[in-house]
Amino acid sequence: MNFDDTPQEAAFRAEAKAWIAANAPKQYEEELRKSSLGRTQLKGANILEVAKVWQKKKADSGWACLHWPKEYGGRGASPIERVIWQQEEGPFGKLSGMFIIGHGMCGPTMMAFAGEDQKRKYLPPLASGEKIWCQLFSEPAGGSDVAGLRTRAEKKGDDWIINGQKIWTSGAHYSDYGILLTRTDPNVAKHKGLTMFFLDMKSPGVEVKPIKQANGASDFNEVYFTDVRIPDSQRLGAVNDGWNVSLTTLMNERMSIGAGVSTGFPELFEFCNGLMLDDGPAIEDRNVRSKLANWAVKASGLKYTSMRAISALSKGERPGPENSIGKLVAGSMIQDVAAYALDLQGAAGVLSGPEDAEATGKFQAMLLRAPGTRVEGGTDEIMRNIIAERVLGLPGDIRVDKDVPFNKIPTKGRG
Amino acid sequence: MNFDFSDEQKQMRDEARKFLAEKCPPKAVRTVLDGNASYDKDLWQGLAEMGFLGVAIPEEFGGAGAGHLELCVIAEEMGRALAPVPFSSTVYLAAEAILIAGSAAQKKKWLPAIASGSAIGTLALFEGKGNPSPEAIKLAAAGGTLNGVKKPVPDGAIADFAIVAARTGSTGRDSDISLFLVDMKAGGVEAKALTSLDPSRGQAELTFKNCKAEPLGAAGEGWSVLSQVLDRAAVLMAFEQVGGADRALEMGRDYALDRIAFGRPIGSFQAVKHMLADMYVSATLARSNCYYGAWALSTNASELPEAAAAARISATQAFQHCAKNNIQVHGGMGFTWEFDCHMYYRRANATALGLGSLSYWEDALIDRMRKRNAA
Repeated sequence: MNFDDTPQEAAFRAEAKAWIAANAPKQYEEELRKSSLGRTQLKGANILEVAKVWQKKKADSGWACLHWPKEYGGRGASPIERVIWQQEEGPFGKLSGMFIIGHGMCGPTMMAFAGEDQKRKYLPPLASGEKIWCQLFSEPAGGSDVAGLRTRAEKKGDDWIINGQKIWTSGAHYSDYGILLTRTDPNVAKHKGLTMFFLDMKSPGVEVKPIKQANGASDFNEVYFTDVRIPDSQRLGAVNDGWNVSLTTLMNERMSIGAGVSTGFPELFEFCNGLMLDDGPAIEDRNVRSKLANWAVKASGLKYTSMRAISALSKGERPGPENSIGKLVAGSMIQDVAAYALDLQGAAGVLSGPEDAEATGKFQAMLLRAPGTRVEGGTDEIMRNIIAERVLGLPGDIRVDKDVPFNKIPTKGRG
Repeated sequence: MNFDFSDEQKQMRDEARKFLAEKCPPKAVRTVLDGNASYDKDLWQGLAEMGFLGVAIPEEFGGAGAGHLELCVIAEEMGRALAPVPFSSTVYLAAEAILIAGSAAQKKKWLPAIASGSAIGTLALFEGKGNPSPEAIKLAAAGGTLNGVKKPVPDGAIADFAIVAARTGSTGRDSDISLFLVDMKAGGVEAKALTSLDPSRGQAELTFKNCKAEPLGAAGEGWSVLSQVLDRAAVLMAFEQVGGADRALEMGRDYALDRIAFGRPIGSFQAVKHMLADMYVSATLARSNCYYGAWALSTNASELPEAAAAARISATQAFQHCAKNNIQVHGGMGFTWEFDCHMYYRRANATALGLGSLSYWEDALIDRMRKRNAA
């Protein structure tokens, strides 16, 4: 049992470290380091532009999408090398937020299902950050139940005509392309009538409407499709096999381990360590210490769980469904941590302006962003189902609509 | 990075699990639990023959000399099987204290006896309510004799020797505390078995009256040795707790798959599934914290105090959480004497207290984290 790199890993780490030291946008390092959930801002700079410049620089030197094949803009690196890169990239990795969906999900789906010419055309600019992709899956009637989606695709000659609405689409407002899951046959059971496409987000008939979120930011969108044409050549996988294609997309999400999930704990510990309460330093208060200790062992437990997964990667094993634990634990933890930090501030905890709030309003921002973490990429409930079913082997949920044609499934709860 | 046990260590785990499944079924635990024996003597001798009692004791003192990672592996299996033997008191507390502070003669006398199963040891630390602290130690040592009362002392009624924490000064500093080694057969100490939450492991009151005792380690260094012993034991006990948590989770999962209600296995209801998923989460977080503790223990890293506290807290919570919800999954059956659920529930709550309660380790963790941050 040790924390040492193998000689090859050490050499790779040294190379990565040296390149980052020479090339990273150091002027933003401190701000990025201090940014926490709900707050990644760069004063006086457009974060999208800074991120694109950093990504392009990485791509030009062979440090973008490390695990992708070289011919598609990657490096052909091993999973463990990808983890080492993430560790070394540190706070600069926070600049990759807008690329995550494209790199982690759309790219691998294209790799698995697009034609060779398409892969060579579309993947390198995706890897280099010149083009941004989004994933058009969720709908008002299909969130956790993705297969319940209603956006229609109808064949007309060599094209497909798309009508319907997507929602919760991260980054659609600045995306160039998207992968789109549609319904092509409503007369069969819901999983059996879906088809996947990719499309240019500037296509006529695509309308993107940013959604103002509970925290006031607008990272997500509604996307409307009115008679949007997609050539059949941009279909991914067979007609009506979209469910299997989407599973490939979702499976790839799981490979993203190593950078460490945000729990809010380091921020809270630092805050408590400096805070004075009416009757003395917060860190010496019995209740504060108990709360901190409970969160400390969750944070360290997650850290060492991911190290165990990295060890498995290092030995060539693939990460399994047990990695759902990170988001499940961190999501509700960060919410509780933020609420507790506010509680410690008493009445003043209500203030969120950077001038008036303690810790420049970091915890207030965290509190308002945290509910999203518990929903995006699978709700806490879905994460628990994954653990219960795929790790513990418990029976799947009963699905009363499983064998019912999609157009016979009730659409209203009451009445 | 290899943040995992080696194949040899995993093989040892499989061997221990197989051995304990055969020699320590729930029926064997019940024999002790029901008061028909003070501990499982056959199992104890079997553990000695397998080399498990001396796994971390150097070969020159009759042990296997394997190391602490191997001991962690065995500890997990002992916890999983609820082994009704004085393993933790003898191996984690007494043997570790002797390894850290014992003289050459003390090592030569007691360590081989521990490894061979012929001596049961314990640590007499507590004096009634409260957590480990120098102030709480009142038992007085003067002129090589001890006077005072210790309770609860784990396995105190069956121990052949005890490491006793005693007061040798009155300066109000940690250096007032020294450790002594008492041969329980030599007279001057009276042991009384006490009723406890978990009768599968004994607790006792030891009364010392002009009891002859030899020093263990230098005078005034008792508290420093105790701190090290408690940290090491915390990691080892945490592995026992994780073993117990895992078994409780497994029992709950198996029952949820077998038990039908409303025409379905109860494990298909989300309320039950999610309870089991949460048990898995707490057991996994604890296991990962334990691995870090094992690494720190085996390398004697400066991170050990912090790692030990984290492992202890996390594993205590996980075992309590899994044991209590295992009963909940079992419903009414879980609350019967006949089902094994209560044995895990008892052990979970008893082990939560034995090395100082949760609040003690919470305090310790925060102190240690502050120290590291300040450094």
